[in-house]
Formats: sequence, structure tokens, C-alpha cells
Amino acid sequence: MKVLAAVSGGVDSAVATARLVDAGHDVTAVHLALSAKPRTHREGARGCCSLEDANDARRVADMLGVPFYVWDVAERFAEDVIDEFVAEYQAGRTPNPCLRCNERIKFAAVAERALALGFEKVATGHYARLIETSAGVALHRAVDEAKDQSYVLAGLTQEQLQAALFPLGDSTKDQIRAEAAQRGLLVASKPDSHDICFIPDGDTAAFLGDRLPVRSGVIEDSDGNEVGRHDGTWAFTVGQRRGLGLGRPGPDGRPRYVLDIEPAHNRVVVGSRAELAVDWVLGEQTRWFAPPDLPQRCAAQVRAHGRRIPAVLERADDRVEVQLLEPEYGVAPGQLIAFYDGDRVIGSARVSQTAAVATSA
Amino acid sequence: MAYLDHAATTPLRPEAVEAMAKAAMDTGNASSLHASGRRARRVVEESREAIAGVLRCRPGDVIFTSGGTEADNLAVKGLHGSRRTVDGDRRRVLASAVEHHAVMDPLVWLEESGQADIVWLPVDGLGRVSAELVAADIESDPQSVSLITVMWANNEVGTTQPVPTIAHVAAEYGIPVHSDAVQAVGSLPVDFGESGLTSMAVSAHKLGGPVGVGALVLDRKAEVVAQIHGGGQERNVRSGTLNVAGIAGFAAAMVAAATERESESSRLAALRADLVQRVTEAVPDARYNGDPDPAGRLPGNAHFSFPGCEGDALLLLLDARGVECSTGSACSAGLAQPSHVLIAMGMDEADARSSLRFTLGHTSSASDVDALLAALPAAVERARVAPGLRRATSA
Repeated sequence: MKVLAAVSGGVDSAVATARLVDAGHDVTAVHLALSAKPRTHREGARGCCSLEDANDARRVADMLGVPFYVWDVAERFAEDVIDEFVAEYQAGRTPNPCLRCNERIKFAAVAERALALGFEKVATGHYARLIETSAGVALHRAVDEAKDQSYVLAGLTQEQLQAALFPLGDSTKDQIRAEAAQRGLLVASKPDSHDICFIPDGDTAAFLGDRLPVRSGVIEDSDGNEVGRHDGTWAFTVGQRRGLGLGRPGPDGRPRYVLDIEPAHNRVVVGSRAELAVDWVLGEQTRWFAPPDLPQRCAAQVRAHGRRIPAVLERADDRVEVQLLEPEYGVAPGQLIAFYDGDRVIGSARVSQTAAVATSA
Repeated sequence: MAYLDHAATTPLRPEAVEAMAKAAMDTGNASSLHASGRRARRVVEESREAIAGVLRCRPGDVIFTSGGTEADNLAVKGLHGSRRTVDGDRRRVLASAVEHHAVMDPLVWLEESGQADIVWLPVDGLGRVSAELVAADIESDPQSVSLITVMWANNEVGTTQPVPTIAHVAAEYGIPVHSDAVQAVGSLPVDFGESGLTSMAVSAHKLGGPVGVGALVLDRKAEVVAQIHGGGQERNVRSGTLNVAGIAGFAAAMVAAATERESESSRLAALRADLVQRVTEAVPDARYNGDPDPAGRLPGNAHFSFPGCEGDALLLLLDARGVECSTGSACSAGLAQPSHVLIAMGMDEADARSSLRFTLGHTSSASDVDALLAALPAAVERARVAPGLRRATSA
């Protein structure tokens, strides 16, 4: 099979590509250039789009004896991922740029071009499994629970999954590192990339501060009392505890968390951890791999390596109403909520509203 | 496999391999005073004389460098630097808008560091600078011009430039002229003595010699500021231990190329004509870029735009079929910028990105053209339906 392998320069995509070559596929490696002005060197374990990474990717392709090209997706990445990331924060939501990159870049623009050029599949080093069923391809968690990346793939469509290959889903990260070393791949001991690749120093607030205007406003408690000031609601995310600048804990002597962000009123609301709990979520932009049988018991997950929350889907069409059977903390509008039946992803949605029904009743 | 990228580098000639192997087996630093040193030095000087014989310059004009890029840097920075030392008002450098990056980037650096004002000379739709325009630019303020630099023949579209005409106009005002002749030497009759040039950059690996050696042919009377300081080799202009084996291979390749130049150039021009005809027949809307008149073009160069395709998609598809060519664009991480040459010729970005360069050389044969034509139509058809990675609106 003609396969286009996306190689980042990291250990995962290197082993994924090697496995495809071993399996006898006709593999072509492509490194996606996400930045028009790439940095020369990696900074610690962060980031994944430096020239050094491009060179590492090239060396992997050399060693495996497969053609290598760099595809320039910087313009799309800037518009579809970075600009959108900034706009979401500005609107008081919490985006996940990796998810967005998968939906709009890797399994969209890149995959569409690859298929048109005669490739049958696009492979990546994601930790997830695809299982063929009579109803199509099913997305499952990786066997390595700690590395599982099915969450950041849960926003893909059935059509996008049909074109994807994830050769690492049946292995643990430790096995992949050992395999890379045994194969003599130079990237075997390269650190994992963390955080957001386009914010190499990890300082999201500073990144946003360079791009969004200062707009002073109030920080209130849930009773409407002013407890502090802020320079822009975009610097906050629901569930955030650090960096609130309040200088003191709440009246109960406990830390305060961001409960709500209201850009329209330029207001940030803070409160106790108890007030952060939600047990009802409304989601939009739903995707269903299998139509749920309502009310459907499932496990919900609201962040990349988040816990499985027992849940019941009470409505599931273009919108979804989710009752969480255990309260979850820090569920922010804009986040993806993924639904699992066992290890299988049954669907996903964007969080648009949350509520604490049981506690307020 | 069909190698259609001889402008990038061309296979080593057997004469060069032999000369290099012989020189490489001998110990000796050409600057040493003992017998081994003298033996090495003799190889260098005989090579210098052979090269001077081909290029019609004095042996003393030949300054060996690490290649064309270093020769261009030395000429541009060195000539401008020495002119400004004498007369600080000479800030203007006139340069064709289609120069190779080895000339263009040093000029941009000079300008950005406040040392020069660059006047980019426009080109016509074929990629050619007008000698009249250069004359008019000089005459507008001759006292401010430090240097003129115009390449002999363009590396992307193959268009030749009126270099001797420009050099003779400039000579009336005492303005030095540099020319990057990296693509021309070996293919065109390049006579440094007749040209009126002050300096000229040459590279070994473009004519069948090794990578890593080249020369700046620099008129003995011209002053340049050294860019590499050290042991004082090469007229104290380019320090560094001489690359004896590389220089020997360079000279052997140049002599071999010169010996067969006329017959080889007409053979390649005929092969190129065949390639152009067959490509335009197979892909009727393909546009042949550069000068359609073979007299105004490098004999081995064919350059096309394939409307609706992206050059890098075509390259990938042809590469998979064993046909090797170039998008003709410079890159660092492999990122394709639209060619400044094509943009200067008036092409829009989308057309510039749809271009491919096929270049023939001393090992090319009809079977290479056959292989290209066997793969090209299907590749074009496929690339045409493949969505680009850029938004259509940004073209």
C-alpha cells in the first residue's frame, strides 16, 4: 500500500514509519513545516517544529531508505490553529490546538493532498487504535493508557479515520523507545514533546498578551463582590488556580479557582473548588461514529489525559446533553468532550455550557 | 533513473577523478617550502594555468575558493568594501533582480547592515536585464555607483545576460563589474579577457569537477577586501590551505569540458529541443519559460510552468518514477519559496510555484528524455487534481 508517513523528528513517528516499511508498504515520509520561520534548535523538550527536528526527521527517512519531503503548511497552521487558538481565548473558551491541528491540518489538508497524489493512507505516530468493523473504522484507545491519544483524534470524521493509520496503538511508550534503540534510530532517546508546539516557553498568557489588547476589568466572587482586577479575560481559563493575582485565598481560607469567564462583561468569576464542580454538560458540533442508544451509558473525557467520568447521554443529535454521574472540575467551554464505550470512541462534541444540577437542586 | 538536474550538480568526469586520485595520494602542503610542498604547489599552479587558459585570463587572476558561493561573496563584499574605503559616497550597487542567492544574499546583508544601497535591475519576461537600462542607471549618478553585478546565465531559466556590453559601459566610468558565471562556464564561450569584467565566479562541480572547489577570477589590478584572514594564501585575499586534489580535479574537468564544449553544447541543445517539443505536445498548456531562442539560453536548460499544478507535487510524483528534476527554488528546511527569478520575470506566485526545471549535462541521453515523457503526463494529471497546502485565495 502507498502510505504517506508524517514524520515530526520525534521517536514515535520514527518507529511508526519503520513499522510501515517492515510491513512492506511503499512509504514516503513527509515533515510538516508548521512555522514559516522555524527556530534552529529545540528548546528542551518543548516544541516540535525546529530545523533540528526537520533534520532529525530527514535522518530517520534516510536510515529507513524512504523518500523525504518537507510540506509547508505554515500558512494554514497560522490561520486554522494559531489564530483560532487566540480567538477562542478571546471569546472566553479553552481551545485544544493539537486537536484542531489533527482536524484541520494533518487529517484534512495533508491527507486530502496525499490521497489526491495517489497515497492510500496517512500514518502518524499517535497512540490510538483503528479497528475495522462492518460499520466502518472504529477508533479505540491505545493499549498504553498513559500515552493514549484517542482524545485528540476524537474530533475526526469517519472519512478522516478511513484514511488514517496509527501503527503504535498496540504498544507502550517504553516498548517504542526500546524498539527505536534496537533499530538504531538516533531519536530513540529524544525527549517527548509537551505542551503547545508554537509556545515553546510554555507561557500561554504571555503568548496571548502579545496578540490581544489589554482590557482591564474586574474579578468577582460568585456573589458579585469585586475581589481583584485583570488585564483581559483572555488570560484565564476555567479551572485555573495559579496566576489569579488575588494575593490571598478565599474567605474559607482555601484557594480560589476561575469559575466563569464573561468576555461580554469583561468579567472573571472565581470561587471555591466546590463551586467548580459540574455534573451536566451541553455539547455542540457533535460527531457520532455509532448512533447512541439513548439514554446511553458511557465514559466521558474532557481533556487529553483526563480521567474517565461515568456519564449518561440524554440527547444526542447535532447537540448532546450529558449527565455526569460523578462531578468533574474545571470543564471549560471550547473543550472537547469525548464519549467512550469501553475503549471505543463513540462520539465527541464541543462543550458549550456546563451546570451543577445535583448540587444546586 | 533519469537524472535531469545537471544544473544542481553534474557527475564527475573521469579525467577529474583521475587527477584528484593522483593528487590526493601525494602528501604536501602547497605552502610548505620543502620538496613535498613544492610538488603540491606545482599541481596547484599547473591547474591555475590550465584554468586560466580555458577562461582566457592570466593565471594570476585565478583565486581558488571553496566554490561559487564563496567566490561571489568575496567579489560582492570585497569589491564593494574596497571601493567604499577609497570613496565613502559610493554606496550604490546595481544588481540584476535574478541573481543567484550567493550574490543576492550578500547584497541584502550589505544593505541591511547599512553598508550599501542596492538597486535591483528589472528583467524582461524572458529574464534578461537591459544593458541600456544599466547605462541609464549609471548615468543618473555615476559617482555613487560602487559595483555592478549581473550573472552570465541564469541558473533557473537559463537566460543569458548581456554581460560584456554592460561591462564595457561600466568601464567608461571606471565601475567594476562582477558576474556569476557558475552555470555558463563549460556550456558557453566565456572569455574573461574579452568580457571587460573585473571579476567572475566559477564552480568546479557544475562542469564535472568535485564539489567544494571553485574560483574567483579577479583582475590583478582590482582591490578587494579579504573575507577570510589567515595564512595569506591566494594573493592574501583568500587564506586557507590549498585544496590540492580538488583544484587538480577542477582543472582536469574544466579542460575536458572546454575540449568538447562546442560539440557537446550543440548535442545538448538538440536534446533539449526534443525535450521541449515533446513536453509541450504531451502537456499542451505547459509554458516554456525563459528565452525560446536557443542563442539566448544555456543549451541544457528547459524550464516550464504547468498551470494548475504545484511544482513540489510534480517533483514528488516524478521522483517516485525515478525522474529527478528541480523546482529551482532555494530552501533551508526544504521550504519552497516562490522563485524570485520567476517573480522578477512578471509571473504570479501560483504560476511560479507550478514550475519545474529540467537540466541536461554531459551524461544525458535520449533515454532520459524518454523516461521523463513516460512519467510526466500522468504526474501532471494527478498533480492538477491534488489540492494545494496553501489557500487558493492567497495565490
